[in-house]
Amino acid sequence: MRETAADRAFGVFVYFCLAVVLVIVLYPLIFVVSASISNPITVLRGEMVLFPTEISFVGYERIFGNREILTGYGNTVLYTVVGTSINLLMTILAAYPLSRKDFAGRQVITWFIVFTMFFSGGLIPTYLLVKNLGLINTMWALILPGAVSVWNIIIMRTFFQSSIPGEIQESAAIDGCSNTQTLIRIVLPLSAPIIAVMVLFYAVGHWNAYFSALIYLNDRGKYPLQLFLREILIKSEVDQMAGSMTTNTQAYLMEAEAIKYAIVIVANLPVLLLYPFLQKYFVKGIMIGAIKG
Amino acid sequence: MTKALMKSFRKNWDLYLMITPVIAYFIIFDYIPMYGVQIAFKNFLASKGIWGSDWIGFLHFDRFFNSYYFWRLIKNTVGINVYELLVAFPIPILLALLINEVGNKHFKRFVQTVTYAPHFLSTVVMVGLVLIFLNPQKGIINILISAFGGEPVAFMTEPEWFKTIYVFSGVWQGMGWSSIIYLAALAGIDPTLHEAARVDGANRLQRIWHINLPGILPTIVILLILNVGSFMAVGFEKIYLMQNSLNLESSDVISTYVYTRGILGAEYSFSAAVGLFNSVINCFLLVLVNGVARRVNETSLW
Repeated sequence: MRETAADRAFGVFVYFCLAVVLVIVLYPLIFVVSASISNPITVLRGEMVLFPTEISFVGYERIFGNREILTGYGNTVLYTVVGTSINLLMTILAAYPLSRKDFAGRQVITWFIVFTMFFSGGLIPTYLLVKNLGLINTMWALILPGAVSVWNIIIMRTFFQSSIPGEIQESAAIDGCSNTQTLIRIVLPLSAPIIAVMVLFYAVGHWNAYFSALIYLNDRGKYPLQLFLREILIKSEVDQMAGSMTTNTQAYLMEAEAIKYAIVIVANLPVLLLYPFLQKYFVKGIMIGAIKG
Repeated sequence: MTKALMKSFRKNWDLYLMITPVIAYFIIFDYIPMYGVQIAFKNFLASKGIWGSDWIGFLHFDRFFNSYYFWRLIKNTVGINVYELLVAFPIPILLALLINEVGNKHFKRFVQTVTYAPHFLSTVVMVGLVLIFLNPQKGIINILISAFGGEPVAFMTEPEWFKTIYVFSGVWQGMGWSSIIYLAALAGIDPTLHEAARVDGANRLQRIWHINLPGILPTIVILLILNVGSFMAVGFEKIYLMQNSLNLESSDVISTYVYTRGILGAEYSFSAAVGLFNSVINCFLLVLVNGVARRVNETSLW
């Protein structure tokens, strides 16, 4: 069937709109990448518009010479690895029994878990609990509250129910496999895509989190990267705006400017590197979640 | 019933063992704080503990409702949410409808890859970028404004700009990611509907309006419910980072107020009361919207 003139015009319109969207989304990202490898003076003067001007890696040099940032980076890696491992373990431990139709009490337990999505004690009671448990200023304060997400349990349970045939599990049971063996030998090897999605969701969450570190940690040596980022990217700007910065010298501004763009790149590097490989997985993850919201 | 339970328990004892730590987690980190929320009705003293502190009824709520900040907090919290609902909610739907119309596979994939990417930036980096681009002297937006002969705007310190910046930076970061779910729904629409409509002479716009939009309506309704259900729980993390003493007039919301009074000011009972007020409204809204959606649309969460 031939396209009418109106349809063709509409097609052009669609491409035009998306081109505008692309420019809006891409421009700031390219700007930051370019600025991070440009001479900071040219960036400050507004001479750097899109492509790097006077290539310079001074920002990166400053970052790798800064002990605090390196410590923060190390802490973030540690919290992300430990946190994500616990998240994944807990999600599997919850999702597998709930996916089994012969697991009596699954309705009750599901409601028990889902209810926490609708009502919560709030920030203060949680804070007091963490304090009473003696977790303040330890990495467990960032990991144990939020050790598992209800949403992810539901996604994983749905995957187990819909993508892994019950017959395989039943025949494994007949062959003498215990439930634990069935989970480890049969279900998990078939669940690689969903495990990848979970690792991605949880790990990005830990990598980017700053709030629990802000309220629970007071030792700078334990700060994750995001708290140092906050100081570099936000506090310095706000100080400038409020005019309360005492060392408002050219040299200081330059330094801050140089570090600012480079640190954005360095902080997001792991996610940027993983992103293209994992893209097909997370789209899948969201869709599984969408089927059974 | 109990007999079936006993049988399942004997056969699946290891499944119960598996789920035990999970149940323990929810009891400790979700249900104990729910129990702890009673300090909202007490004069909490750390030395006496949650249970031992004295009951004082609705005193903290009274204080909150009558405080100078109450209406400002409500105005900002509701204002930001309504703004988001009007702007940030429909844009991903439009984006998904547009992406769905693209015939070229590579272009489609490129648009998706690019628009999903900002989702992975942390809140700190996101707010940092906003500050960089909106800087009064060296930010690109103000350089552009000056180039066209306008006066530079101090976006971050002028209260009237706060909500717009909050919502539109959120759109920039989230529109691609939020469109995934609609794209999934669009992919599930029966192609024969489109063929039939074509035979009947419907153009592309008509087909979007009469086939695609109704096709994703259930998804839209579900997301709308979830959206309204978290109405009062605006993104604390981002607002807190965007706040400064000069824009507080329009950036102070309930969650940031709870944080500053409760954690920084150590007024535990008072801010627990403020937080509880927030949770109750949220819960109520969720039930309400769900009820309306079920009646009007026969789509609901439960």
